[in-house]
Amino acid sequence: MQSIAGAVYAFLPGRILFLILHVLGLVCFAYIVARRLAPLRRAQRDFRFDRPWTRLVRVLRFWLGQWRHPRYRTAGILHILMFAGFIILFSRAMDLLWLGVSDSAANAGLPGLAGRIYDVVRDYATSIVFLCMAAFAVRRLLFKPVRYAVPARYGKAHTADAVFLVALIAALMAADSLFEGAQAAGGAQQGRPVEFLAALSLPWMVKQTLLAAPLAMLARLHLGAYFAHEVTFFFLLCYRPFGIQFHVETSLFSIYFAKLDRGTVKPVRWGVPDEQLEQLPSFGVKTFEDFTWKHMLDFYSCADCGRCSDQCPANAVGRPLSPRFLTIKARDYSFRHYPVWGASRNGAPLIGGIYSADEIWSCTTCGACEAECPLLVEYIDKIVDLRRGLVDAGNVPQSLQKPLKALESRGNPYGKMEKKRGEWAKTCGVPVLNGNHDASTVYFVDSITSYDDRMQAIGRATAQILSRAGETFGILGAAEKDSGHEVRRFGEETLFMALREHNTEAIKASGARRIVTADPHAYNALKHDYKDMPPVEHISQFTARAVRAGRLKLDAVPDGQVYTYHDPCYLGRHNQVFDEPREVLDAIPGLHRVEMSRSRDRSFCCGGGGLALFYEPKEEQRMGVKRVQMAAEAGANVIVTACPYCMANVEDAIKVAGMEDKMAAIDLAELVEKQMR
Amino acid sequence: MEILVCAKRVPDTSENEIALNAAGNDIERDDLVFSVNEADNYAVEEALEIVERAGGMVAVVTVGGDDDEEVLRREMAMGAKNGVLLSDENFEGSDGRGIAEILAAFVRKGHYELILTGVQADDGAAQVGGMLAALLDYPFASLVTSIDVLDGGKLKVGREIEGGSKEIYEIELPCVLSIQTGINEPRYVGMRGIRQVASVPIATLGKADLGVDGHVGDAGARVKRLDYFVPPATKGAEMLNGGRDQAIAKLIELLRSKGGLQ
Repeated sequence: MQSIAGAVYAFLPGRILFLILHVLGLVCFAYIVARRLAPLRRAQRDFRFDRPWTRLVRVLRFWLGQWRHPRYRTAGILHILMFAGFIILFSRAMDLLWLGVSDSAANAGLPGLAGRIYDVVRDYATSIVFLCMAAFAVRRLLFKPVRYAVPARYGKAHTADAVFLVALIAALMAADSLFEGAQAAGGAQQGRPVEFLAALSLPWMVKQTLLAAPLAMLARLHLGAYFAHEVTFFFLLCYRPFGIQFHVETSLFSIYFAKLDRGTVKPVRWGVPDEQLEQLPSFGVKTFEDFTWKHMLDFYSCADCGRCSDQCPANAVGRPLSPRFLTIKARDYSFRHYPVWGASRNGAPLIGGIYSADEIWSCTTCGACEAECPLLVEYIDKIVDLRRGLVDAGNVPQSLQKPLKALESRGNPYGKMEKKRGEWAKTCGVPVLNGNHDASTVYFVDSITSYDDRMQAIGRATAQILSRAGETFGILGAAEKDSGHEVRRFGEETLFMALREHNTEAIKASGARRIVTADPHAYNALKHDYKDMPPVEHISQFTARAVRAGRLKLDAVPDGQVYTYHDPCYLGRHNQVFDEPREVLDAIPGLHRVEMSRSRDRSFCCGGGGLALFYEPKEEQRMGVKRVQMAAEAGANVIVTACPYCMANVEDAIKVAGMEDKMAAIDLAELVEKQMR
Repeated sequence: MEILVCAKRVPDTSENEIALNAAGNDIERDDLVFSVNEADNYAVEEALEIVERAGGMVAVVTVGGDDDEEVLRREMAMGAKNGVLLSDENFEGSDGRGIAEILAAFVRKGHYELILTGVQADDGAAQVGGMLAALLDYPFASLVTSIDVLDGGKLKVGREIEGGSKEIYEIELPCVLSIQTGINEPRYVGMRGIRQVASVPIATLGKADLGVDGHVGDAGARVKRLDYFVPPATKGAEMLNGGRDQAIAKLIELLRSKGGLQ
């Protein structure tokens, strides 16, 4: 059969036609991509160029390895199949491009047997991608998974776009199969050695169907299919920067440049040291151009799969926040304000434009969205940056202003006297470290455990565990201030820095060589937000070590209770401490423990800690109530947690849900104290 | 419009445990945290919002000592252009009338069309605003919960009256208004904002600068505090007994009778 390059398409030699088409397609694509990169050039700096090996390993794992996809079984497996198909077909697509302009044979790089094997593999790849498209269309049109739905306040359904995209890819696969099948059928009729086509693949089926077709028709089909393939290919290429399909290009970069350090918050401005922050004219994100280039890249990379919002507790209880639409709205803003044709328009405020203040305050920074996203899109840093912008503009809910003011003047959100901070410890004989003690460990208590009557019990239990395990320790007492963990995550960076400076000095002055805390928020702050701190341990880690070493012996619990462990976000997801608390529970003889369906890195936030306790969200239901119901569904009647804020939220939720006689909550430290021999 | 807001530094009731001193004639002040009087903060926010709508500038004034500069800075961080401290040892011990005299003298030196005060200070008697208006011979409205700027040098102001109803008045400028809390949502002032105005100079005016005489200071005060006491705790809460529905019905009845429900 005639070569493509040598064929004549309506008076035009194929060689010329496809040279024009290919160059035109590539120029168009390059132009559109350049326009898409325009906002990134106006964006803020973002330092993502360190640790190339770590980043490459992550590319292998999350991009090539599609690591997170199977967390959603059906969609994940389909995506992996399609992705593998695309990787295989990349070389085929290059071959096809070459065929249009040159008579020399395809598979230049893969001669002989290797080429034959590749041909078989890619025939199946084409077929599998085609079948995946069919499955995607069926899912979108018939099964309609809930997470793809678009609530009315976020605009129209995305189904048509999704199906159009799927149809384009299917058309590409069909055109390739027709191109190859028609050629093979023609070859067979002319008695030339039949090219081997992978049995039952799409090209094979085309060939079988066309075996008896007239040669002239086969030749036309062959040429026509090639033309259709190339037109579709370049249309799809140039269409990609207009929607979620752009992630085909951008995901590799998004994953390579993804955030590496869990539990941290980005600096106010990359490259501006703390002591020069005050000279910045503005803090945080107020306009689109205040985002960093990586965060803008995230907007392009989002594939609209809906997993983030499916996991988001704020979204689940009807708060006005959906991480998916946080991204989609920003992407659409970018497309509108940086159009492919015409001048860029920028500078419009985001709050009151595409976002509402309530939306931005609704996040508990639990990290469920980030733990789920297959493309490692970041949310917490964006939320914190948007909050920094709100704080800088004075746009802070009244419910948060009082605690913030109290944190500034008293070092705790309740406005309680500094001298009463250590009072809870007097009854259990915990010394206040003033540099004269030779205590090796400082117990960092933090505000809620110091001042809240209920949470002081967690403080006393922690102190009991430490002393029973033979630790010489003390607290900072009045010299301790709030760790500032939520102060920072609620966008008050300057106040956070003041609290950090104070506590850093107090901890150093104590002379302690280790820090223990029972508050995961303080734990995360000391570990990731503070600098040059002694090693920090959460009490669950300390307890697990003490049990292992035989320094703590635990008595059996009475029969009849079913325990479940609720992972606090800042212990589990943000610091990967999943096993030690469970290890401690399992070391208690007779303790019957069940897992909730959402546990470990899929744990469901209780409602948030620190300032989140003061915020009055617009919501249909409390997160805590949902969580307590999940525990009941798992068959538990005792929820064990390891965070004073979880305790506050879960105990409230038990009352709100009217489940006082069916469910109890206890902190891990309290339980251990009770069972200590 | 040039707007002057009179602000006061008071012990923050939400962040202090107020206790009597040993002598029993004042509160223990050593561990106190001070802040801008809450109603005055609403007044500053309202002034800033008026200026955002109608143009002009906002100045904040307080009577007191060096410690009181902090409230001026906080309000300047909020957006007030100028802060003025009226300070003189002869002002110490002034009663409400004396404070009003000092403020009136300052107002006469400027060109302020609108003067706002908080409805009352947390540690005050809600008298300075009215007296200031009288001394200046300006019209006065108290407990103001809304302000609209009208053409022709007039304002339309809303006042909250007992039982939650609202009255609307027209008032001529220049005038004095005392602002009720809840009129707006005051913006947040962060630490960064306060630091940015930390070195802005604050004008300090004394007795001679203002040309006040008469009823100021301890000597001029005709109202004096005799005693200070915490009322004795009486019998505690009333428990509503009976079933849930009965308790709810009783609670609604109680709330209604006390004016908490319409």
